[in-house]
Amino acid sequence: MHPAFSVIFLTTLIGAGQGLFLALYTAQVYSTVELLPVPPSHFYVQGSAIALALLIGGLVASFFHLGHPERAWRSAARWRTSWLSREVIVLPALMGAVAVYGVVHHLNLRLKDLGFATSVDGDLALVVGAAAVALAFLLFLCTGMIYACIKFLQEWASWLTVVNYTLFGLASGFLLATAYAAYQAPALVYFFGAWTVIITLAVWVTRAASLIRNRRLKYKSTIQTAIGVRHARIVQKSQGFMGGSFNTRDFFHGAAPWLFRSIKWVFLVLVFPVPLVLLFNGMVDRSVPMLSSAFVIQYLGLLAERWYFFAQANHPQNIYYQTIS
Amino acid sequence: MIQLALVIDLNVCVGCHACVTSCKEWNTSGEAGYMSDDRPYGEDPTGNFFNRVQTFEVGEFPNTETVHFPKSCLHCEDPPCVPVCPTGASYKRPEDGIVLVDYDKCIGCKYCAWACPYGVREIDEHQKVMKKCTLCVDRIYDKSLPQAERKPACVMACPTNARLFGDVHDPDSEVSVAISENGGYALMPEWGTKPANHYLPRRKTRIKIHDDELMRADNPLKKEGVRPKPDVHEPSLDDVTSW
Ligand code: SF4
Ligand code: SF4
Repeated sequence: MHPAFSVIFLTTLIGAGQGLFLALYTAQVYSTVELLPVPPSHFYVQGSAIALALLIGGLVASFFHLGHPERAWRSAARWRTSWLSREVIVLPALMGAVAVYGVVHHLNLRLKDLGFATSVDGDLALVVGAAAVALAFLLFLCTGMIYACIKFLQEWASWLTVVNYTLFGLASGFLLATAYAAYQAPALVYFFGAWTVIITLAVWVTRAASLIRNRRLKYKSTIQTAIGVRHARIVQKSQGFMGGSFNTRDFFHGAAPWLFRSIKWVFLVLVFPVPLVLLFNGMVDRSVPMLSSAFVIQYLGLLAERWYFFAQANHPQNIYYQTIS
Repeated sequence: MIQLALVIDLNVCVGCHACVTSCKEWNTSGEAGYMSDDRPYGEDPTGNFFNRVQTFEVGEFPNTETVHFPKSCLHCEDPPCVPVCPTGASYKRPEDGIVLVDYDKCIGCKYCAWACPYGVREIDEHQKVMKKCTLCVDRIYDKSLPQAERKPACVMACPTNARLFGDVHDPDSEVSVAISENGGYALMPEWGTKPANHYLPRRKTRIKIHDDELMRADNPLKKEGVRPKPDVHEPSLDDVTSW
């Protein structure tokens, strides 16, 4: 497939936004049960604002993918059958929930303001946050399933796609949370950092698993099934036109083989070992620049990862578009 | 339930592209138009087509066969392109099984094209909506046309009659009979899309002639039999020599 930058930015930005929000909420839960020191409330307010900004950035990027962005509202119509439609509903819902979460922290609203008094600090934020957590995971599911549900794009049609989308988003969000905590709430740096390491190692394993799976794929569609002729040697002599078409542009990545192969190594280096080393040093030194550069470098790696994710997928329609002549 | 479809006879198609041009001509000026082209006479032309004729070579020289292969939307009975559409712009008509795109609803997200294994949907780069074969839905029900012309433009144009049009759910229709009598098949059956359009395979017409059909064993005058060769010393061409 041809990697579209709008979709690459959409999926990486919202992934980081979802991950950052989930990191904030995890910290709040831990500090509620007194496993962590309680950070100042502006930590959550500004953190939610950053998460919201990332989600909005992703949404804006997605509009560049559409031929008719002014009609985008229509895409909520088919949520019963379409994962894309579901994503279109869940993303704004999550944005709303994250915004409310931030506002609740900012105004320090409590459940007793709504008439249910509890003894838990930040109870309303916990409730709103729980809803947002559900939406964030639902959004990971929707984003992953958009790709995983197309069964003949065999590189994508696997539960690993959903797992990888989820874990990549969490890794990048927790890494951002680590850098942000080093700046705003140093007591939480090790908490976020440790989770970042765990998640990054986990997604290293699952992404490697999907790379191995894709290398061993056996394609179900062949030129024989495509035209229905049973012969061992069939070659296309003409695709029917001399110039290009949508089918020759949108389904081929068009990169040179060496570039295609090297992008894989670029992301394998930039997403996993480099950020982990920077993260480790950054945690030890409490260095905001070091942790921030870990996040930025991993984000660049994730852009390469997403590019590779698209480029590697082989659409069966490509069988019909092999030869110009 | 009616399922309109095309049946394309690969045994007959000569790869002339008449259906391609006829389709483009009808549809660019019809309700599904226009179908934009860019740089049609330039170095790198590109454009929007609903139907393409491709050519494949089967076998190895000198034993090769050239197969011309027209391809347009197959109006699948279980179309994977329809449920993925977030707006409902892509839909399958219950009354005749034609898969259509509502241009006023389409947001141009291209997801349906990803979800079609056959590569027959093409985005219109100028109108920014998804386009594909409509089975000439604006022709086949047009009461102002004579009955014989209420067919897709490609079917009308085909000089060799390689394209048949009809209801594949009616077992007695011309298309159903053609499919069942000539081994009609669907493309990429592995994805369970159940394409409505079918293809008829290459067929060879051969007759087997046995020796005894060439030479009559009971020939009374032995007219065709092997004649005994007379000895050189024997007299020839007189009334005692019997051939
Ligand atoms: S051929 Fe493609 S576009 Fe046409 S109905 Fe089937 S899946 Fe949809
Ligand atoms: S491009 Fe149009 S028809 Fe296709 S899935 Fe998107 S909205 Fe639906």
